Amino acid sequence: MVTIDDFASPVRPTWCTGCGNFAIWNAVKRALAQVGLAPHQVMLVSGIGCGSKLPDYTHANGYMTLHGRTVPVATGVRLANHGLRVLCTHGDGDAYAEGLGHMLHAARRNIGLVDIIQDNRIYGLTKGQYSPTSDRGRVSKTSPWGAFELPVNPIALALAAGATFVARSWSGDLNHLTATIVRALGHRGYALIDVFQPCVTFNRQNSYDFYRPRVYNLQDDPDYDVTDRMAAFARALEWGDRIPIGVFYQVEDRPAYEEQVPALKAGPLAPRPVEKLRPEQVQRLLEEFL
Amino acid sequence: MQTVDDLIIRIGGEAGMGLESSGVGFAQALVRGGLHVFGLPDYHSRIRGGHNFFSVRIARRPLYSHTEPVHLLLALDPETVRRHIGAVVPGGAVVYDEKDGLPDIPRRTDVGYFSIPLAKLAEEAGGSAIMRNTLVFAVAAGLIGFDPTYIESVARDNFARKGPAVVDANLRVIQAGVEASRPFQADFPFRMEAVPDAPRRLLLNGNQAFAMGALAGGCRFVSGYPMTPGSPVLEWMAAHAAEYGVVTLQVEDEIAALCMAIGAGYAGVRAMAPTSGGGFSLMVEALGLAGMTEVPVVVYEAQRPGPSTGLATRTEQGDLLFVLHASQGEFPRIILAPGTVEQAFEAGWRAFNFAERYQCPVIVLSDHYLATSVRDVVPEDLNLDAVVIDRGELLTEADLDRLEGEYRRHAFTESGISPRAIPGHPKAVYASSSDEHDEYGHIYEDAENRRRMQEKRMRKLETARSEMRLPTAYGAADPDLTFIAWGSTYGPMREAVDRLNGQGVRARMLHFTDIWPVPQDVEKLLVGETIAVENNYSGQFADLLRMATGHTVSRRILKWDGRPLSPEYITHHVSRFT
Repeated sequence: MVTIDDFASPVRPTWCTGCGNFAIWNAVKRALAQVGLAPHQVMLVSGIGCGSKLPDYTHANGYMTLHGRTVPVATGVRLANHGLRVLCTHGDGDAYAEGLGHMLHAARRNIGLVDIIQDNRIYGLTKGQYSPTSDRGRVSKTSPWGAFELPVNPIALALAAGATFVARSWSGDLNHLTATIVRALGHRGYALIDVFQPCVTFNRQNSYDFYRPRVYNLQDDPDYDVTDRMAAFARALEWGDRIPIGVFYQVEDRPAYEEQVPALKAGPLAPRPVEKLRPEQVQRLLEEFL
Repeated sequence: MQTVDDLIIRIGGEAGMGLESSGVGFAQALVRGGLHVFGLPDYHSRIRGGHNFFSVRIARRPLYSHTEPVHLLLALDPETVRRHIGAVVPGGAVVYDEKDGLPDIPRRTDVGYFSIPLAKLAEEAGGSAIMRNTLVFAVAAGLIGFDPTYIESVARDNFARKGPAVVDANLRVIQAGVEASRPFQADFPFRMEAVPDAPRRLLLNGNQAFAMGALAGGCRFVSGYPMTPGSPVLEWMAAHAAEYGVVTLQVEDEIAALCMAIGAGYAGVRAMAPTSGGGFSLMVEALGLAGMTEVPVVVYEAQRPGPSTGLATRTEQGDLLFVLHASQGEFPRIILAPGTVEQAFEAGWRAFNFAERYQCPVIVLSDHYLATSVRDVVPEDLNLDAVVIDRGELLTEADLDRLEGEYRRHAFTESGISPRAIPGHPKAVYASSSDEHDEYGHIYEDAENRRRMQEKRMRKLETARSEMRLPTAYGAADPDLTFIAWGSTYGPMREAVDRLNGQGVRARMLHFTDIWPVPQDVEKLLVGETIAVENNYSGQFADLLRMATGHTVSRRILKWDGRPLSPEYITHHVSRFT
């Protein structure tokens, strides 16, 4: 039986007291324990940023990579060994600034990753610049006149790119967050979970108190159909006094990328021995050029 | 009539006329007919129009290079005559299409002009004027006295999957071409007849040889983004992916390409990302990730002239110092630069052994010339039996079962190499980091740890140095002139050495395939007058040698017009200072 304690690492988090990353960290561990995935059966891939240190604080296979490149590295891991459940944990700068192109391509590829974005809507580790999900008008060290840009809408973008699982949760509701990750772990293709993650030091605007009265759970409405893409788009555009969380969209009818790769029909690549070509294979190769 | 040592046939026309494919088919026929060939495509970065040509040099001895003169020019448009008539040797000939004529092109008196209704004959015999590329090669075969049955055998194989009607049409076109050559045979003096019962030989280019070597070496993951001239490696691998169990994918950009290959390498699969210089520029940050986290990965970089887009379909050796220094900070990397089809094949599997043995990125530096020119080799030259798969200090399942204590992915060792566990074993759960880390992989900023960890990583380079091959020596044992070559200049340089020795100049080539780390004791070979010969503006390898060994070359013969070095170009420059 896998328990949360199996994921305990000797390294203590450097996150600020009250940081939304604690809840995400706990939810990841709880979700993995709940579905029975042991530390050696998963790979946590991250980029660079406060949240991307999560694998360092977790006893599980992990890889802390480059800013913005979490998803392609994770894609390589997944294709090399789809026996591992691969989760990405990275921030909004990582996922939606430098890595936005990769996110869209991962969505249309439908690669089997659980992509958790620690969306604090600010750059924390570099001490307070505005981020791609900061509101327009956001004043920060690099936007002294207020940000001129509109924020990225990751839910709508992922839907447009063909993502088969699109969800949002937040650090103020550990149970919902855990349940959302559990559900994503059961999904066969690419699963995006955008997580509102209050940054208690550099983003006083998007605090726990900001989100708590505003968020509502899509799944509280029994008539909400997660397979209705147009309905998901409509909810993706909802913003203001009421902000939806939960699963916006989920369909299981499209195979994951790795399910379609001929070389992977025989199982994961990584555990296979690397052997020399057999004589008849050599012969066939040489004949191509005779 | 004379049988010549060398005979060069050049076909020219517009992009879209199928020059290269028909040229390679013709070269294949020549090889089946027991002759040696070197085929060089020259094309523009466009799909239609412009001026492309393909030259095939033919001989009865092995060839390593193209050369500049032309004996027979096959002109599918008047532009070909305009551009290449100057290269035709006295006594040589031009075959052109009667319908095109030769408007406003001054005629040479020492060259034959053979007007043949190429398009018309192709249409009559095969049903399509586009088949005149096949027809004109049959004309060429007729003129040089080469048995056309070899062309027919290639046509049978190449068109078999299109059905018997297409095969028959091609055979009729070939027959028509041979017939059309008859009136001119007496006017063309050069002969190159087939050598019956010659051993079977392969015809392939550097890209294909490298890809085959990589496959034989256990490469099972290839991610790339299309870019000339590197992407044919991805295409070749994709064509073989299902049969040999290779994951290949075309991705959104070269950043993703290398990051995915690194992810696959981290997970334990032999992985590579093929590209060209522009794509490599995007891979630079990821290269450092592989260096820092000690991930085996191979990058195949087929150079073309830069900077920026440069000359997309041409050649240069301008990226050497770039790939040597690419990415911030200092970390070990290994650079190989094959010069021939055989060496490209070998580099294919050696690269993966180096990558796993030293747990670092390996860059195989090719270029457009090596990547795209075709040469014949005997099957034994691509020695698949000699392929070694050495995964280095990789812990087996049984090793891991016996593991005591927490696994240290980046353990300090004397060689700098830390025994590697593939993620997935319950006793070797670890997370590595692009941040500086401790032996376990945990982020750690301690100064002493940083010092030791950096020393450990860099020590791998010193361990690797002893394995790097010294340059291949070719030519006079006691030379007056020592030429220093690397990568694709092998062929032109080798032939230049032959020519110089024939003229009484004692010349020797030292050709490097193992570029970095610079092989141990190489300075002992660098004595006397040395001349660096490079396909770039500044002589980058000469600079690298000076940096690594203190040896200063005496002279540099360089070329940076986007075209390959030729034996003539080298000997011409040598004659200016001897």
